[in-house]
Amino acid sequence: MLALLWSDILIFLLIGGLVLSAYFASKQEQTRRPWRKAFQSRVGTASFVVLLVFLLVGLLDSIHIKQSESLSPSSEEHTEVVLSVLDIFLTPLRTQIEKTYSAPFSSFAYAKEISLDGTGVSVWTAPRLSYGGAHLEHPQEEIFGDVLQRSLLGLLKGIAAWCVLLLVLAKGPNVVAFINRSVFRKTALYTLLGLLLIIFVTAELVGFYHILGTDKVGEDVLYQALKSVRTGLIIGSLTTLVMLPIAITLGLLAGFFRGWVDDAIQYIYTTLSSIPSVLLIAAAILMAQVYMANNPELFSSVAQRADMRLLLLCVILGLTSWTGLCRLLRAETLKIREMDYVQAAQALGVRKLTILKRHILPNVMHLVMITVVLDFSGLVLAEAVLSYINIGVDPSTYSWGNMINSARLEMAREPIVWWSLAASFIFMFGLVLAANLFADAVRDAFDPRSKH
Amino acid sequence: MQSPLLSVRGLKTEFSQSGQTIKAVDGISFDIAKGETFALVGESGCGKSVSALSVLRLLPRNAKVREGQVLFQGQDLLHEPEFNMRTIRGSRISMIFQDPMSALNPVMTIGEQISECFAIHDNVGQKSHKNEVLKLIKQVGLAEPSVRYNEYPHQLSGGMRQRVVIAIALANKPDLLIADEPTTALDVTIQAQILQLLKDLQSELGMALWIITHDLGLVSEYADRVAVMYAGELVEVAPNETFFDVHKPHHPYTKRLFDALPSTQKRDTLLTTLKGAVPSLSSKFKGCRFAERCPLKQADCLSAEVDWRDESPRHQIRCLHYGIEQAEVNAEKFNASNATTDSTGSLLRIDDLKIHFPIKKGFFKRTCGYVKAVDGVSLDIKAGTTAALVGESGCGKTTLGKGVLQLLPITSGSIAYRGEELTQLSEQQLRQYRHHLQIIFQDPFSSMNPRLLVGEVIREGFQSLSQQLSDTEKTQRCEELLQQVGLNPDTQLCYPHEFSGGQRQRICIARALAANPSLIVCDEPTSALDVSVQAQVLNLLKKLQIESGLSYLFITHDLSVVSFIADTVAVMYLGRIVEQGTTEEVLQNPAHPYTKALLAAVPEWDKSKKIKTIKLADNLPSASNPPSGCHFHTRCEEAMPDCSQIEPAKHGLSATHDVSCLKFKNE
Repeated sequence: MLALLWSDILIFLLIGGLVLSAYFASKQEQTRRPWRKAFQSRVGTASFVVLLVFLLVGLLDSIHIKQSESLSPSSEEHTEVVLSVLDIFLTPLRTQIEKTYSAPFSSFAYAKEISLDGTGVSVWTAPRLSYGGAHLEHPQEEIFGDVLQRSLLGLLKGIAAWCVLLLVLAKGPNVVAFINRSVFRKTALYTLLGLLLIIFVTAELVGFYHILGTDKVGEDVLYQALKSVRTGLIIGSLTTLVMLPIAITLGLLAGFFRGWVDDAIQYIYTTLSSIPSVLLIAAAILMAQVYMANNPELFSSVAQRADMRLLLLCVILGLTSWTGLCRLLRAETLKIREMDYVQAAQALGVRKLTILKRHILPNVMHLVMITVVLDFSGLVLAEAVLSYINIGVDPSTYSWGNMINSARLEMAREPIVWWSLAASFIFMFGLVLAANLFADAVRDAFDPRSKH
Repeated sequence: MQSPLLSVRGLKTEFSQSGQTIKAVDGISFDIAKGETFALVGESGCGKSVSALSVLRLLPRNAKVREGQVLFQGQDLLHEPEFNMRTIRGSRISMIFQDPMSALNPVMTIGEQISECFAIHDNVGQKSHKNEVLKLIKQVGLAEPSVRYNEYPHQLSGGMRQRVVIAIALANKPDLLIADEPTTALDVTIQAQILQLLKDLQSELGMALWIITHDLGLVSEYADRVAVMYAGELVEVAPNETFFDVHKPHHPYTKRLFDALPSTQKRDTLLTTLKGAVPSLSSKFKGCRFAERCPLKQADCLSAEVDWRDESPRHQIRCLHYGIEQAEVNAEKFNASNATTDSTGSLLRIDDLKIHFPIKKGFFKRTCGYVKAVDGVSLDIKAGTTAALVGESGCGKTTLGKGVLQLLPITSGSIAYRGEELTQLSEQQLRQYRHHLQIIFQDPFSSMNPRLLVGEVIREGFQSLSQQLSDTEKTQRCEELLQQVGLNPDTQLCYPHEFSGGQRQRICIARALAANPSLIVCDEPTSALDVSVQAQVLNLLKKLQIESGLSYLFITHDLSVVSFIADTVAVMYLGRIVEQGTTEEVLQNPAHPYTKALLAAVPEWDKSKKIKTIKLADNLPSASNPPSGCHFHTRCEEAMPDCSQIEPAKHGLSATHDVSCLKFKNE
């Protein structure tokens, strides 16, 4: 049975909106042309495909299903849990829980403990993991060969999957011609091949190893990192969605109308940005927390509560982070409103709102796009910082911020527990880099002055 | 023969840009003798500046000198190590750039900037510098050197800044001074003085001067020898007297350049224009580069290698057929009978218009003064005529133009369009009148939204029309308009940046025409364009006027353009009109001293028409604090004691000719 969380609804609305605007953009020549140009750039296409994969993970994680699951294999008691489609895909990852930390690809736990060896003597040793590498007799000797063998199998499967996909897409065996038809196809398909190889190799290995290790309570880090994709996307996109309308409207109005409108807006954002933002966010979040604690009847499950907290965080971050962009847009608008083409439009009797929409907004969009992408990474990081002082997302929510936060505590251990940090770093890096490169390609394509 | 100071031989400079090789300078050779003034003339993009930068080795990274030799006092500059070049630049060869606004560092005082050159190239103590600097400031004609020494660039006017730039260039007494468009950014009145200064300093210091310019008038007055450049090549080299002698044979391109200059004599004809555009410098050339646009083109122009021909020992022309007497190829007459001369009623009457900008200060933004940009201007424009508004920059011409269209808030006064008062209308009511009055701007690059297609730009013009057009009608009308201004209708789907300056100006004209106006305010529409392109735009404007009875309010500082296009002229000084009348009256019999000074300052290549230059001080007073009495008395040569006391009233010299000067009151 389908369970809807608020953030799910918002995500699907967002996607719907994107699809709709893409449809309208494709109908008009002057908007279709720059997009086509964006997809002619290799970097743009490749980063777009990577972004799509991240988006797919986030989307799968946003379809929630209520399921009854037995508490333990032996008992007959069932409890209702809310699982996402991604959870169901990743079931072995989700359920193969070790006792505590273990390094990537390790067959032994990180912490040593006293156990009995075969002869009944108690020894101080790292015990074998219950899932990671459990199929190996002598892990130290066999592991390399085993991983290699499985990776090769994964590679072959990946190539096979890609070939099948090609045959389906090309509707026949003339694949080479199909690939070489355009730069977009070529780049997209080769990027896809790379991603498929990574996915299939990973899929081959995850059943037998914790390829990114496990965390303090023995949960697979890869699973955590994948679950965090949704949180990252939500924080990045919903916050932007809250922040953009405020920043754009106020920035353009202040710059275009000047006078008392400008004064009022300037006072608002100067005041707002002179309050330390962490303080503001902390106050708002704490208030919300108190309210949620006092009204437990509003939330039917823990998941719903955590979800509401995530949404609130987005709204609060959005409400406090619009000042920078607003200031930038005001300054740019002040400059553009004096341009001759704006004056010409005025002389032609074009209405003020139309001037704002036709002449000013498109000419500040590059600023918006750059700021949004830079903010995106900043927001993911802000989430980590806020989680640290316990005002970020709910501790039960998977997020890169929470991962970094928990890893931070273990950095001083010997040998170092690096994998949580590395995993969140790799995923964040992948997402932010892809978003940056894609935004770059899009901006270049939309700038009519840049050639080709 | 004495060996020349600078000898350039077969210089070739190439740019590599997005995979293409652009041959900006393609094998030019010339000599500059000691103490000589050499002018390099050509339209924008022909490689003038690049040749100067190549000589100084100041090229951008993507440019490279391919071939050639630059001998400066026998030293090959192209093969000197960079270290030696640094000692040559600024001390033996100096350069002055076009824009004095950006040539000076805003956070350093004038004194510091000038003494910097001493510090780099000389090892004299700090103290002796100050004296040197003060002497230099005096030498370039700036009053009160010790005050100027401690001032910052923003405290000086454009002309004064250019003097400082010259002082910096002269600091080390160079043997060669390169001036790249030294006066293009300055007003005519100041331009004349700066050039005179350069000329005086040249004879005083015995240095050679290499002027790079597009202005033929300027060349005729100040150059000893002239070279014309076209598409990366020199096409003609001649001494001044020969070059400006119309009866001597010339390269067809040179001839076109002269013909494209607007003047009174050409009023009834179309200006000669060149068809096509300057060929792309990335293409491979065969034969003569000008052949495609040349009226004398013959079969061998494209095939044969065109070499220099000696017309006389010092006059060379690079053309195979220049000797052929050139018929007046393009002297097409305007069909005057077509002109809709219903110039009976006034179309637009401006009465005592004032536009004051408040100066606000302090936390509560109290108004503590006004910039009186336009201060009581009255003007009458008749249907189907062109009224020109002339004046130096900062005199309020553009403000007046924008005020007429109510793009700026009007302080007081009236603007009546066909008897209908416009200043009292609400924004809603005004919108219905918008389409009658349109505007064309000076800068063709900022006058169109770079993100709209040309079709969309023009379509915006329909917005102000009362009747709604269907999409097909709009497209059709768009095509008509583009054809009317001489562009291909297919260009609708291009972006503005794909066009050259002249083409962009045509699109702007099309946009204005789309609204079906009866008056267009032309705010210096040709001052950013080359002579030949200017001729095309002027022709187009004139043609449109004759065809559809348009009126223009033509704002300009170029009096030759005025004489070609205007019916009436108003001369503006610091927000007021000092003289107005018909073009003939004002230009032939100027009454006001300011008008006389403006006319005298125009460099004229035709020596028979030259008048003595009247020197105006180069400090235009600020409009926020104008001088008392007659605004002009601070710079007027004929000023009387009364001038600073009494505001001169309008004095009618004839039915159409008015002047505001006390001289006439007393008579």
